[in-house]
Amino acid sequence: MRKHPIASVEERAGSRGGIWRFASPPEFFRLCGMLAPWFAGGGLVLGIAGLYGAFFVAPPDFRQGEVYRIIYIHVPAAWMSMIIYLAMAFWGVVGLVLNTRVSFVLAHALAPTGALWCFVALWSGALWGKPTWGTYWAWDARMTSQLLLLFLYLGYMALVRAIDEPRRADRAGALVAIVGAVNVPIIYFSVQWWNTLHQGASVSLTKAPAMATVMVVILLVMTLAVWFYSIAVALWRARALLLQRERGSVWAQEAARRSLFKTPMRSTTRE
Amino acid sequence: MIALFHAVLRRELTVAWRCRNDVLVAFAFFVIVGVLFPFGVGSDERLLRTIAPGVVWVTALLSVLLVLPRLFEYDWREGTLEQLVLSPEPVTVWLGAKLLAHWLVAVAPLALLAPPLALLYDAEGVVLWVLPLTLLLGTPMLTLVGAIGAALTLGVRGASMLLALLVLPLFVPVLIFGVDAVVRARNGLPFSGGLALLAGGSLAAAVLAPPACGAALRLAVE
Repeated sequence: MRKHPIASVEERAGSRGGIWRFASPPEFFRLCGMLAPWFAGGGLVLGIAGLYGAFFVAPPDFRQGEVYRIIYIHVPAAWMSMIIYLAMAFWGVVGLVLNTRVSFVLAHALAPTGALWCFVALWSGALWGKPTWGTYWAWDARMTSQLLLLFLYLGYMALVRAIDEPRRADRAGALVAIVGAVNVPIIYFSVQWWNTLHQGASVSLTKAPAMATVMVVILLVMTLAVWFYSIAVALWRARALLLQRERGSVWAQEAARRSLFKTPMRSTTRE
Repeated sequence: MIALFHAVLRRELTVAWRCRNDVLVAFAFFVIVGVLFPFGVGSDERLLRTIAPGVVWVTALLSVLLVLPRLFEYDWREGTLEQLVLSPEPVTVWLGAKLLAHWLVAVAPLALLAPPLALLYDAEGVVLWVLPLTLLLGTPMLTLVGAIGAALTLGVRGASMLLALLVLPLFVPVLIFGVDAVVRARNGLPFSGGLALLAGGSLAAAVLAPPACGAALRLAVE
């Protein structure tokens, strides 16, 4: 049984300056608390602006009419779900290489949001598919890989939650995320290849007509809103996870007490 | 190193022979699940011939999944695995021997069972030898990727369900390429590309999976 085989970054983090400081759980906790409200506020503003644009500014599509407006939630959700999986794998790699618990906590915090966007993308895609293609589901490459991505998210979350020991849960989760990230492109290309063999060109998603500039701008605003929301939620979730994990330490108990009384927390180091 | 490989391989094969029952049960599972499908979809010969490669491959996938826990579970419970992990020997060598023995004993025989199963689906001619060939080339990748999952879920609550959730999405590319090679062969198209892809995938997994699997085992033993 070895707890910390090498002096971890976070042990030296308190004394070091720069970005390494945030490998220390209390510092990272404070950073998250500082950043999350800004991202949440930005997400709210961008979301309202994007939705207003999507519903009232963007012109109806000349072929699909009004129903195409689902694109403004569908596409950002699909992008976000893939990016969050890569981010999870990235923080897993960082955690394994630098031996920082905070990285694993961030990976755990990202997973539910990624799964949520995955589900939103699938569900909105189904609702969009019915009026436009006449079916809720087609075994299209993108939809199928999105579904498999959802399974990968669920597998990651189930594994991390099934392991009681945090150290093993962290590292096992990181391995799954990395293996999954290596496989996502393989899955995508194999499904695409399979799809071209099995299905005629009844549904063509690849040949999307060129979008008007205003549509692209609104889509980008919505994408940014989704980014901001995801970052804010992940940071808040990371804070909760950190408190739960470090509940035995003085700084976490003090932070929990202070958050109850809504007073700013002073910088403390972990006991 | 070769001596270590031999020793672990011999041990694994001996243990497998002494506990042959649990492997035989998995083969029975393969056949029974394969027999179930016609009851579900009807006995129309044309339909059966169409779905034969897919059914045999999916059933093989499930059989591979079913025997995966056997890979580390017993050794982990009795402590052998811990000794292996703690030993100074290179992890990829003994793990490679273990995986090879597991594949030979519990997975490769599925290729022998596949042609009789395919006969029940009215398969004929080239399918009867291309189907087992794709299984032989593709299942090493399934076993290797699955071994990572088996190591990660070792001793975890609800391990077998979790293993299915973790591993089955990763099996999809192998399923696609395996079935496609058989379908191409049946339609008289060239299919060597599919076989090469399966073999290449298995080789890549043989290089990449053991280190990941070893890391997961170290976590399980710690």
